[in-house]
Amino acid sequence: MNTTRRTVLKSATAGSVLAGLIAAGALRPTQVLAAEWNKAAFDAHDTASALKGIGAGTPMDSKDLILKVPDIAENGAVVPVDVISNIPNTTSISILVDKNPSPLSASFDFANGALPEVSARLKMGQTSMVKAVAKADGKFYTAQKEVKVTVGGCGG
Amino acid sequence: MSSMNRREFLQILAAASAAGFALDAPSVWAAGKGDGLYDLKKFGNVHLLHFTDCHAQLMPIHFREPSVNLGVGDAMGKAPHLVGEHLLKAFGIKPGSIEAHAFTYLNFEKAAKAYGKIGGFAHLATLVKRLRAERPNALLLDGGDTWQGSATALWTKGQDMVDACKLLGVDIMAGHWEFTLGDKRVLEIVEKDFKGKIDFVAQNIKTSDFGDKVFEPFSLRDMNGVKVAVIGQAFPYTPIANPRWMVPDWTFGIQDDNMQKTVDEARSKGAQVVVVLSHNGMDVDLKMASRVNGIDAILGGHTHDGVPAPVVVKNRGGQTLVTNAGSNGKFLGVLDFDVRNGKISDFRYKLLPVFSNLLPADAEMAALIDKVRAPYKDKLGEKLAVSEGLLYRRGNFNGSWDQLILDAMMEVQGADIGFSPGFRWGTTILPGQAITFEHLMDQTAITYPSATLTEMSGEQIKTILEDVGDNLFNPDPYYQQGGDMVRVGGMEYTCDPNAKIGRRIQDMRLAGKPIDAGKSYKVAGWAPVAEGAKGEPVWDIVARYLRDKKTITPRKLNQPKLIGMKGNPGIA
Repeated sequence: MNTTRRTVLKSATAGSVLAGLIAAGALRPTQVLAAEWNKAAFDAHDTASALKGIGAGTPMDSKDLILKVPDIAENGAVVPVDVISNIPNTTSISILVDKNPSPLSASFDFANGALPEVSARLKMGQTSMVKAVAKADGKFYTAQKEVKVTVGGCGG
Repeated sequence: MSSMNRREFLQILAAASAAGFALDAPSVWAAGKGDGLYDLKKFGNVHLLHFTDCHAQLMPIHFREPSVNLGVGDAMGKAPHLVGEHLLKAFGIKPGSIEAHAFTYLNFEKAAKAYGKIGGFAHLATLVKRLRAERPNALLLDGGDTWQGSATALWTKGQDMVDACKLLGVDIMAGHWEFTLGDKRVLEIVEKDFKGKIDFVAQNIKTSDFGDKVFEPFSLRDMNGVKVAVIGQAFPYTPIANPRWMVPDWTFGIQDDNMQKTVDEARSKGAQVVVVLSHNGMDVDLKMASRVNGIDAILGGHTHDGVPAPVVVKNRGGQTLVTNAGSNGKFLGVLDFDVRNGKISDFRYKLLPVFSNLLPADAEMAALIDKVRAPYKDKLGEKLAVSEGLLYRRGNFNGSWDQLILDAMMEVQGADIGFSPGFRWGTTILPGQAITFEHLMDQTAITYPSATLTEMSGEQIKTILEDVGDNLFNPDPYYQQGGDMVRVGGMEYTCDPNAKIGRRIQDMRLAGKPIDAGKSYKVAGWAPVAEGAKGEPVWDIVARYLRDKKTITPRKLNQPKLIGMKGNPGIA
C-alpha cells in the first residue's frame, strides 16, 4: 500500500472525490466543465426519456463496450463502475441506473482521440440494471448488467 | 484430551449393533489403529493437505450434516446439493459405513454414539503428521473461518487458533470470518504472528481508494522439484454479509479478471501447478472454474460442503478440479498430483474424515489446547440445561439449535417474531447431553452479538426474507452469499425457491392470520451488521432462558412450506 499517497490525498479535501469521478486519463476537468450541461437528459425520471435526452433512442448491444460493475454492491452509496469502449471513434460514454430517481448518472465527452475509458462511483438505492451507452460515428451502443443492492447480514 | 480406549469403543459399537442399527464390522474400517481408514498411499510428487471452516473448534465435537441443501437452476441434483442417500449413491459410499456417518445426517444419533466425536486439533495434528511422513514437503492449506466460532477464539481475539495453526504447521491461509476481528487485528496477526511462517493470501482484497493490494495474491513454492502456486480467494461478500465497518478501507468481490491475471502471472513465474485456496463457496467456485483458465484445482470452503470427490469442470484451458472440504474440523482433504515434464499427468483426491477415536491425540497440540483453555475452564464448563432432543444447526431453513435460540429470544424479549441468521457453523448436541456455556458459544461467538428488538412493518419483514432468499436461491451463483435462509420464529410462510426475488416468499402468517404489509410487528433478532448497534449479547439472553428451563424438550422446527421442491435430491 502507498500510504504517503493516501495521506496526501486525504488531506486535500476535494482530492479523493475528484479522483473517483474523473479517472479517465486524457480527460481534463476543464473540459468537463466546459461541456454543455444536458438538463433535459439529467432531469429525466425514466431511462427511456434519459436516452432520448442524450439522443440515443434505442442503442444497439455491443460486445466492444465493456461495463465493469460488481454483482452485488458492497455499499449502495458508492458503487464502482468502469466503462471502456473499444468501438472506434467513440466520442461519448454515458452511465444510467434504471431504478434511480434520475437514471442518467454521468456523461463524458471525448475530444481529439482521448481514450474512451471512465471510472465513476454511483449511488444506488436499490437493485437495478446499470447501462453504459457509447456514441461513435453518430451511432449509439450499449452494454448492461444488473447490480444487486442487498440489506446485508446473515452470511455463512 | 482422553479418547476412549479401543475396548470401550468396541463395546459401544456392539451395543449399537444390538440396537438394530446396521454398522460395518470394525475390521472393515478400523483394522489395527484406524489404518483401514487412514492408510492412504502416496501418489505423485505434489501433495496438498487442505482443511477449511474449522470455526475454531479445537476440541472433538459432533457435527450433523444437513438434510436440506437444495440446489436450484443448473445446480439441482448435483454436488454439493445432494443429501443423505442421494449423496451416498452419487459417490458410491456404503450405507451404515463410518464414511456414511461422516458425509450424511443418516441415523445421526446412533452413528454418532457408535463412531464417536469428530475433529479436534490434537487428533488432526496426528493425521497431518502421519500424512506428511509419507508425503515429503506437503503443503498444509487452511481455507479460513479459523479464528471464529468458539468462546476461546472470541475471548483471545483469535490468538488460540493462531498459535494452534502455527503448531499444526499451516503453510498458507485464506480468510473470511477472520475479518470480523477487524482490519487492524488481521494485519497484526499477518504481519507479526504469521511473518515467515504462514502466508495469508488474497487476490480479491484491495484498498477501496486506489485498488492497491492489501495481501499477497499468491504464494509460490518449490515442492520436490515442481513450482506450485497457491492463490488466495477471500469470501467475496465479506463487507455485505458481515459488518462493513470492521474493514472500512478494503473492497472484496469475486474479481474474475484479476484472478485470470493472477493465474497468468503465477504461470509466467514458472508455476507448473496452480491451485486456488478459496472461500467463495462451492457454487461460486464451480462457476469461476468455468470462466477462468489455467487453474488446476480450486480447494474450496465457505459453504461447508463435505464433498467426497472433486467435481471436474471443463474450460478453455483444459480442466479444473473443484473440491469442498466440509467444516468444524471434521475433514482433511488430500490432493496428490503427479507432475511430469512440467505437466500434471494424473491426480488422486481423498476427503478424510477426522475421527477422534481412531487418531490418538498429539501430545504437543493437546498440551497447547489445555493451556489455552485453562483460564476459562469454569466458565466454559457451566451446565446451563440438559437437552432431551438432538440440537443441530445446519440446513437451508432451520435447525433445532436455531429454533432454541429463536424460542429463547422471543420469550425473553417479548417478541411476536424472531429472526436468527443462517450461519452454517455450530456444533451438534446429542439427546441427553448437557448444554454447557461452551456449547452455547459454539452457536453465537461473534464480535457483533447484540440482541435486538425492532418494530418492523409486514412489508419490511417480507423484504428481508426475499433479500436473504435471493442470496440463497438466485440461480446465478455469483449472486449467492453462501449462508442459509434466515431462521424465522413465530411466523409461518411458504417458499418457492424457483421463483424470482419478490415472489419467493408467500402466505406469511402469524397465529394463522395473514401478515399485514402496513402493520407493525415486534421482531427479535441478533448479529446486526450496522455500526453502533447496541444490545445485550445474545448468549446472555439464551443462557438465562436455559438456566431457567433446566430441561430443554425436543424443539418443534418452524419451517416454511416448500413449492416445487418435490423430488429434489437436496432434501430428505
